[in-house]
Formats: sequence, C-alpha cells, structure tokens
Amino acid sequence: MSWVVIREWRRALCLATLLALPATLATLGQTLPESAPDPAKPVPPNWPAPVHDNEVFDYVSFNQLEGRLTGPQPIFRWDGEGWIGTNKNKLWIKSEGNVTNGIMSDGDHEALYDRPIPHLRYFDWQAGVRADLDSGPARTWAAIGIQGLAPYSFDFEPTFYVRDGGHVAGRLEGLYNLHVTQRVILQPQLEMNFYSKPDPARGIGTGLSDLDSGIRLGYQISRKFAPYIGFTYSSTFGDTATFARRAGEPVHVSSLVLGIWIWR
Amino acid sequence: MMSGKNRTATRQKSRISTGRRRFLQGIAATGVVATLSRPTFSEGRGSEGLGAELAVLTGDHFELVIDSLPANFTGRRVTATGINGSAPGPILRWREGDTVTIAVTNRLPSPTSIHWHGIRCPAEMDGVPGLSFAGIAPGETFVYRIPVRQNGTYWYHSHSRFQEQTGIVGALIIEPRDAEPIEFDREYAVLLTDWTDENPDTVYANLKKQSDYYNYNKRTARTFFSDVKLHGLHKTVSERLAWGRANMSPTDVADVTSATYTYLLNGKPPGANWTALFEPGQRVRLRFINGSSMSFFDVRIPGLPMTVVQADGNAVQPVTVDEFRMGPAETYDVIVQPPADSAYTIFAQPLSRGGYARGTLAPRIGMTAGIPPLDPLPMRTMKDMGMGAMAMNGMKKNGMAGMQGMPGMDAAQTSMKGMANDSMPTMQMDAANHSENSNMASMKMVSPGSTSGSEKIGTNPFPQPGPHTARLGVDAPSSPIEVHRPPAMHVGPSTVMVAMHPTARLNDPGDGLNENGRRVLTYADLRARYPGVDGRQPSREIELHLTGNMERYVWGFDGYRYSQAEPVHLKLGERVRIVLINDTMMEHPIHLHGLWGELENGHGEFLPYKHTFVVKPAERLSYLISADTPGRWAYHCHLLYHMKSGMFRTVIVS
Repeated sequence: MSWVVIREWRRALCLATLLALPATLATLGQTLPESAPDPAKPVPPNWPAPVHDNEVFDYVSFNQLEGRLTGPQPIFRWDGEGWIGTNKNKLWIKSEGNVTNGIMSDGDHEALYDRPIPHLRYFDWQAGVRADLDSGPARTWAAIGIQGLAPYSFDFEPTFYVRDGGHVAGRLEGLYNLHVTQRVILQPQLEMNFYSKPDPARGIGTGLSDLDSGIRLGYQISRKFAPYIGFTYSSTFGDTATFARRAGEPVHVSSLVLGIWIWR
Repeated sequence: MMSGKNRTATRQKSRISTGRRRFLQGIAATGVVATLSRPTFSEGRGSEGLGAELAVLTGDHFELVIDSLPANFTGRRVTATGINGSAPGPILRWREGDTVTIAVTNRLPSPTSIHWHGIRCPAEMDGVPGLSFAGIAPGETFVYRIPVRQNGTYWYHSHSRFQEQTGIVGALIIEPRDAEPIEFDREYAVLLTDWTDENPDTVYANLKKQSDYYNYNKRTARTFFSDVKLHGLHKTVSERLAWGRANMSPTDVADVTSATYTYLLNGKPPGANWTALFEPGQRVRLRFINGSSMSFFDVRIPGLPMTVVQADGNAVQPVTVDEFRMGPAETYDVIVQPPADSAYTIFAQPLSRGGYARGTLAPRIGMTAGIPPLDPLPMRTMKDMGMGAMAMNGMKKNGMAGMQGMPGMDAAQTSMKGMANDSMPTMQMDAANHSENSNMASMKMVSPGSTSGSEKIGTNPFPQPGPHTARLGVDAPSSPIEVHRPPAMHVGPSTVMVAMHPTARLNDPGDGLNENGRRVLTYADLRARYPGVDGRQPSREIELHLTGNMERYVWGFDGYRYSQAEPVHLKLGERVRIVLINDTMMEHPIHLHGLWGELENGHGEFLPYKHTFVVKPAERLSYLISADTPGRWAYHCHLLYHMKSGMFRTVIVS
C-alpha cells in the first residue's frame, strides 16, 4: 500500500514538473535566450553580420595642387583623383587642368568603374568616360585603362580613349614616391598623351602630343598633408607644337612649383 | 550609475590616496553582487598598482554596465568606452564549478557585446553578435549564464565593431575548484593594451587607403646609405630590388604602430608606472594578458627570469625564460621570484618598437628600475616569404620571381600532414624543419581516426585537462584521415603571396628575437602539465591558408573574405586537425571560439591547449580540436583590423 502511495506521489511530481515547465521557461525567457539555437539553421534575419568586411570607403587625393610660378605665365594646376566603393567595385573620378589668366586648358575629367584584375595583385581595370571640358571645345571619350602599382612600387596608369570620328587617344601616367627620410618624399612624375588623329580646334596633332614631367620634394607634416617644392618641365610635340606656336603659346615650359599633396 | 568624475579617476592618476581608492573599490561593489578581492589580490591592492585601481569583482553574479567615458591616456582628453566606469574594465574573478551570471547593460548609443575569450561556454553565451546572439542593443541588458568548467587566466572584450580598441576589455581570472597547483605568494593581472586617440574607424580607413600609413620605419634613401655601409652596395641593392619587385617592405612588421598607439599596462601609460609590490623572495604570479587590438608584445623583466607556468589558461610544464612574445589575445602566466630588495621593470615592447608598455615590480611604492632601450626593429627576411633556405640564392638570381604564382603546396608538405605527430614527436619536428628540401612522400601515412564505436566520445564537452582528468578514446579504432585542402592557391588581389615552402617555426621565437642574447620562449617549449583529455587521432584534416593583400588591406582565409566564404562545418564529436599555412608577411593570432586547440608541437599526449595560435609568416602550424560543443563559433585573426577586413570564418559544430 505504501508502495502505491509512493508511485502516486512520483506521478504527481512528474505532472507538476511538466505543468511548471512552460512557466519556468517563460521566466527564463525574460533573461536568457529562448533556447539553445540549432547551429545548423540560418541565423535569425534580424541579427547583424559578425563582421562587415565590404564596407564603402571614399577617397579624394590631389597629387598636384600647385602653382607653376616661374614659367612665361604663372599657371595654377591640379591633378586629383578620388573613388568611392568597396573592395571590389569602385567608382573613380579623375580631374586635371590648368588655369592661366582665367583661361582653363588641359581640362580632363573622367568617371570610371574600377575593379581588381583577377590573378594580379596590385592592378585594377577601369572603364568609363572622359570629358575634355575647359575653355576649348568639349570632347567626350570612352575610356578603358589600368591603374596600380607596378613592381618597385611605381604608380602606373595607362589609359586608352576612343571617340566619334574614329579618334583614338592614349595617356600614360607614372610616378614614384622615393622616401628620402620617413617624412621627406622625392617624387618624379611623368604624363604623356598620344592621339591618332589631329583635332585642330583643341590644338592637337597626331602622335605624341605633349609631355608633362616633374620632380617634387615634399615634407609630410602628416600623412595626409605635405607641402612640396618642385621643378616641372612640359612640352608639346609635332603638330601639337606647331598649333601651339601659331597660337603664340610656348612649346617648352619649365617652372618652379609650389604645392601641396593632400588626401582624405 | 556613476559620475564622470569617478570614471576618470581610475585612469588619470598614478598616485591615488587610500581614501579615494577605497571609494573606487566601493563603486565596484555598488549595485553589484560581488565581494572585493580575495587575499591573494588584497596584498597587491595595498600598492598603487592597478590591482588597486581596477576594481576586482568576484562572486557568481556580475553586473556590468557599458558606457562611454572621458579618458586621458596621452595628455589629450578623449572619449573611451568602458565597463563600470573604467577602461579597461574591472578584473572578474570566477570560480571553477560555479555557474556565473553576468548582466551586461548597454548604455552606449550603439550595439555592444561581451565575448569571454577562451571560455568554453554554450554557444549562445559566447557573445558574438550575428553568431551567438543579436548583440546588446542600446539600453538593453543581456544576461549571460555560464557554467564555469575551467580555470586559469583569460580575458573578456567587446566583439562589436572597434569597441575593443576603445577600452571594452578586461581580465578574467578563474580560480581552480581544487587547490591551486601553481605555488605563489602574490598575483597580479597584467593586461597589455594599445590605445589610440584616433577614432578606430579612422585608423581602419587610413589602412584601407594607405596601408603603410602608420609605418615610420620605412627603408629610405637615408637608410640605404647606412645599409651600404653595413652590408655593402651589392647586397643592399639586390635586397632592395627583391623587396621592391614584390612591392613589399621588410620593415612592414605591424599595421598600426606607436605613430598612433600608446601602449598601456593595466590601463596605464608607461609614465604612470603601474606598480606591483612584493617582498624579496616571494613568488609572484604575473598573469599576462595581451588585450591589445593590433600589437604583438615582447615581454621581459630585465634581471629577473620568468617561469612560464600557464599558457592561454592551461597549465604547462614550468619553463624558465628571459623573454616571451605574445600575440593579441594570448595569455601567459609566469612566476617570478625577485631575490633582492630592489625594483624591476616589466617591459613590453611591441613588434614595431617605437614605444613600450611598462610597469614596475617593487618592494615599495615609488621605486623604479631602469627602462631598457628598445630593441632594433625586427626585419622580415626571405624566411618570412616561405622561400626557405634557398631564398638567398634564388634572390640573387631572379629576385622573387619564384614566389609569385607558385601553387605552394607540394609533396613535401602534404606528406607531413599525414604524420601522426602525437606518436612521432621527433620525426615531426625533423620533417617540419626540413620540409623545404626533403622529399618525404614515401613516408606518408594514414592516421587512425574515430569510428562509429567511439562516436559517443566528444559529443559532450571535454573537461579542461587537470590533475584528475582521464585521457579518453586512446584505443579508438583507426580509419583513414580525410584531408580538406583549398583548391590550388594563386596570387591575386586578395593574396599577394603563396608561401612556396611553408615551414614549421615552432622552435623560432619570432622575427627579431633570434640571437638577441636572451632565452626566449618558443611554441616548442610549451608542454602541457596534464595529458590531453581526447586521445583519439583526428579523422579529418582541414587546411586553411592565411592570406591577404597589405596594399589593398584585405585579409582572409584561402583568399576569401568572410562575406565571400561558406562556414566551416564540423560534426559534433569529431576530432579534427586544423592546418594553418600563413601566406602573408605578418604574424596572425588565430582564435577559435568555444573549442580548445591542441598545438601539435611534438609533445605526445602533453600537447598544450590554447585558444589562440600565433602563426608566423610562411609558417605551417597544426593543432587538433575536439568538436565537442555544438554551435556557430567565430574563427578569426585577432588583429582587430584584419578581422574587420574579412579574416574571419564561422565554424559550425552540429
């Protein structure tokens, strides 16, 4: 008889436990997660990613923001670029131009889609449009090129352009940052432009049209701000030089420059 | 909970009156179910050391409040994030066998989290937003509930964005349930961190846009001439060309340096001189924790040998050294016995040199010892490129052409993997040391693994090895090992090099520490005090490559970032060998949450248990894991900005 009582008692206890369980769980739920999640199941949609490894960054940099002081006429020149995007997909904007006596020349502005080249470590391909916008007649080109770090840390940027009328153009830009000390940088730089057909309205002949080179010595007050002093030499060639002479413009210009390297 | 004034008090003053100190201690206990320190710490508390200033919370229920607070580590007033009004946060002391609850309240405007680093807890208590839980939203409280089944020195930190960098870190010490097997008279937690006044988002953006932003140790025209003087013109030029060709730099030893970092010891800059007291002849246990975001530290106490007794919370056979290098997230417990009535400097210099963290061991407050000069900057060598012994010859002939595009994996390495190094310690070491030139394909062997008969083993969490634990599964029948390897690695935007001949570097203390005249700890020195608890051989082997492109500042495993990759799946209960091959020029501290790893360093059944493994450049390192706890576990490089940029995987145990 006592045995039966014990069995009954155990049954009652079991029942009570079962009844109490949801309540217990409910209390736990207030402070603890509902239950151990099944790791094989996808995480709840409202959870964040543990790391966001593909964020959007933006960058703006002026490699030339300078006054070319000692040439025939002082020239204000800029050569800047910037991008916005993720590791794999970026929109690049490039702009350069000269301003002399309120007249803008060599105005070249590009908007390019950029993506790393598979199997290459340091180069991206870029494609988009180039607009020649300055005081001369406007031109629009389709652009394709590569940009990156060649061996020995040379910045290397060749681009090809095509526009209506079968015009093809090319530009080669390169520069190198030589650390003299941790903060003093010596930077040789070179830019060359080529055209397949003349464009007299813009004073451009066939072949190598112009070259712009310089050597600049800067001091990085911070990584993002470095005033520099330098010497530039630019020249036009062939028919381009002829057009320049006709327009009364100098063909060879060398100048002392003062400027700042700046980026953010 | 407390005023800004009180919050700042913990960090700004190196000297602090007893009354005020008591006040701070009082704060620690306010609204917190916690008692103040145990006797071991109270001795230290009499000092000015941070043992005195950082609150010590004990008990089995803790209340932590995360909030921003004004701080001043460098002379500039900035805003940090901290815990209970201090950054770093209070020292937590748990007791093995307890089930602790920790209520973490978020008073920040952004989500937060606390991860218990090295703690084997249920996955949902691991504190990784997105894997264990949703994170702790602003204004919310999350209650962690953790059955404590281990002891040792650990730490805790936020796993949300860059909060670790801005102060949400703290020491976590678990007292053994049984008598402490390590003899000591006093103990101190020594938490090393790196602090920047910059916003970590800015630091990260700077690295993304100019990866050498913080490297002010570059090779320059100036150093060229000094190198020519030292090594001759030919060698200098050819070496520079070799590095230049790969667009790499031998001085690139750390992404973030003293250019922005101030190195803190228990939250104190070097000038504040955190001090720990001792009486001559006493055995002092120093629990070193590298809680930094990005800094490897070379730690030493000039004039005082250190006996390493614990690594990552697990007891090791005592080994006496002059110096050890610790990666972010690693912990080492050392015993020192200062014989004389004089002061000793605790000196921790980061790999990038330029600065240091410093404290003092002294018999009395106010005593100081000399601060040693910084060691020269470690230089990367061809060894770090996985060029092995042939590097120098190869370099002369064809620069580093051989490095690029080499598939990397060859017979010499694959053969090593098959070797059951538990049973063949000597051979494994030999193979590892000579892997670059020995053809050991013929020695490839099949390791035994678990079969259906042993499936019960490992499906419940193994205990931490201790004096009373048994080694299970030794007799498990063998089965062929299944090898998972990434498809042929190649260079590309996310992988700048594939180590042609990765080697074991367990005997190597690390770049810059060889032949420095000091006895430096290596991974080969770590021999567990107690035998491992899982005696089974692995049934699977998973090889992962650590990859990256410094220039683009992308990091990952096998050439893929977290968001590009699938999780790694482990079957609950299985025994797995993880092989890590470092295809980068930097050390990476790789941390797997929730599960122990047993470093295969040739010590048979005494492989050291660790939670974080530093893999040196071009190193091949392997460890065994028992997938004994189900969950989604984070697996990542503990360099904060590497993790952020994608060096992260989910490991699913189910």
